[in-house]
Amino acid sequence: MPLLRTLAVGGLTLLLTACASSDKWGWYVISPATKQGRINIEFLLSGVGWTISVTLCCIIASVILGFALYTLHLSNNRWLAWLYRAIVEILRSIPPLVSILWVYYGLPVLTDLNLNPFVSGTVALSLYGAAFMAEIYRGGVQSIERGQFEAADSLALSTIDKLRYVILPQALRRSLPAMGNQFVILLKMSSLVSVIGLSEVVRRANELAVTEYRPLEIYTFLVLEYLILVLALSALVRWVERRLGADQERAVGLKGPAQ
Amino acid sequence: MGTDSLLAGEKSYTICRSPSIKTSSNQATRLNQVHASSIPPPLIELTGVNKWFGDLHVLRDVDLTVKPGERLVVCGPSGSGKSTLIRCINRLEAHDQGRIVVNGVVLEDKTKNIQAVRRGVGMVFQQFNLFPHLTVLRNLTLAPMRTLKLARQAAQERAMYYLERVRIPEQADKYPRQLSGGQQQRVAIARSLCMEPSIMLFDEPTSALDPEMIAEVLDTMIELAENGMTMICVTHEMGFARKVADQIVFMDAGAIVERAPPEDFFHTPKNERTRTFLSQILFH
Repeated sequence: MPLLRTLAVGGLTLLLTACASSDKWGWYVISPATKQGRINIEFLLSGVGWTISVTLCCIIASVILGFALYTLHLSNNRWLAWLYRAIVEILRSIPPLVSILWVYYGLPVLTDLNLNPFVSGTVALSLYGAAFMAEIYRGGVQSIERGQFEAADSLALSTIDKLRYVILPQALRRSLPAMGNQFVILLKMSSLVSVIGLSEVVRRANELAVTEYRPLEIYTFLVLEYLILVLALSALVRWVERRLGADQERAVGLKGPAQ
Repeated sequence: MGTDSLLAGEKSYTICRSPSIKTSSNQATRLNQVHASSIPPPLIELTGVNKWFGDLHVLRDVDLTVKPGERLVVCGPSGSGKSTLIRCINRLEAHDQGRIVVNGVVLEDKTKNIQAVRRGVGMVFQQFNLFPHLTVLRNLTLAPMRTLKLARQAAQERAMYYLERVRIPEQADKYPRQLSGGQQQRVAIARSLCMEPSIMLFDEPTSALDPEMIAEVLDTMIELAENGMTMICVTHEMGFARKVADQIVFMDAGAIVERAPPEDFFHTPKNERTRTFLSQILFH
């Protein structure tokens, strides 16, 4: 399995580097052999749940919000298309860290909404992700050949039926690789929520690094945590791609259409 | 496979209407109310149609009438506006000036009118344009179920009827990419027929096919013509034109230069431009 191989090679390389310069490394801090090491590992891993929660919520919300946003563009109405462009440009131009800070510290001043770090982070990152997701949908639909639209038109399908049965099923399949890419970015962006105090993996690592004074080992552990999470997420997306037959289209593209 | 062998022993069926469908055409009723005369009114009527792509004048004062059952072949050099002409008939392109009436409906910028026209006009494309993510059967049942509101069962029966007419019922559960080009184009013809149109438009239906697959598609079209379907074909297949067309329309630089029955068109063309064109395509 390529996933396992990648993991094994990556882990082994890091371990060998560590052993080669053993005077610089102090793995005792997260050694499973000692009681304190086990407590530290458990402490670091306790952030994984929050990281996964934030990421999954952001993925789901940005997929849905992004589509809702894209329907503005689909409407064929000039003003709604302009609104779409404006929203996308604004959401894309705000650095995600800034939008997290704004939602968490700014929104309560402006309104009575006092959101906890988890909700604030999810809202901010979902809006950011939605802008990109909408553009991914747009690219997917644009990649569909004109002939598909014309065939649907010539069969007198309504605009909604044309999109629902002909264009979107093909466009979404083509968008999946780009969406997978975006999901990985969202997973890594979830680390930014640590600044408003959510106890996800980065926050946990920071806290431990401050008390143990061993940042090298702790942040190396953090890198490995993200590596495993990202690889798992990519594998999940590829599994979905296979299930939906998105890779079939690619195979046809490489070998030419079956005759 | 020749046309004669295709038709042998199958005189009883018509390719134009499946048996399950009522043949009383409300189209005819509607038209008869408008024209109370006994002369069949034209199915398609273009008057003074002009179209521009930017500065390019692609259709120049085109007048064209097509009567029910008439089979027109449109030919001419590339860029002469042949495709644009037939694409205006089902509003894949919007004309800029003039009047187009199809099946008694005036084509204008109203969704209701456009959809009414498209329901009665089938189109076959050069690149087939089958829906690659759907099976052949689903390609055929989609529009009848969604647009004509047919039940699944009825739509499937109709689809199988037309797949048999184009002689590939065994491919119903395959995906388009698993078929040869000729088979794909026959599926595309069947898909249009499933809407039971009164007019079929063909936009260079054999131009993207390997030579050995052209015959099977032409045979299907000939069969369709012999059963009385009103057709407009843009094609370079002059053998097909000679055999099937009632009238040949020759276009050059966006205008209809000549319209004549095949005999006259091929033997005594009136226009100089037509003679040049014929000498280029016939004696290669």
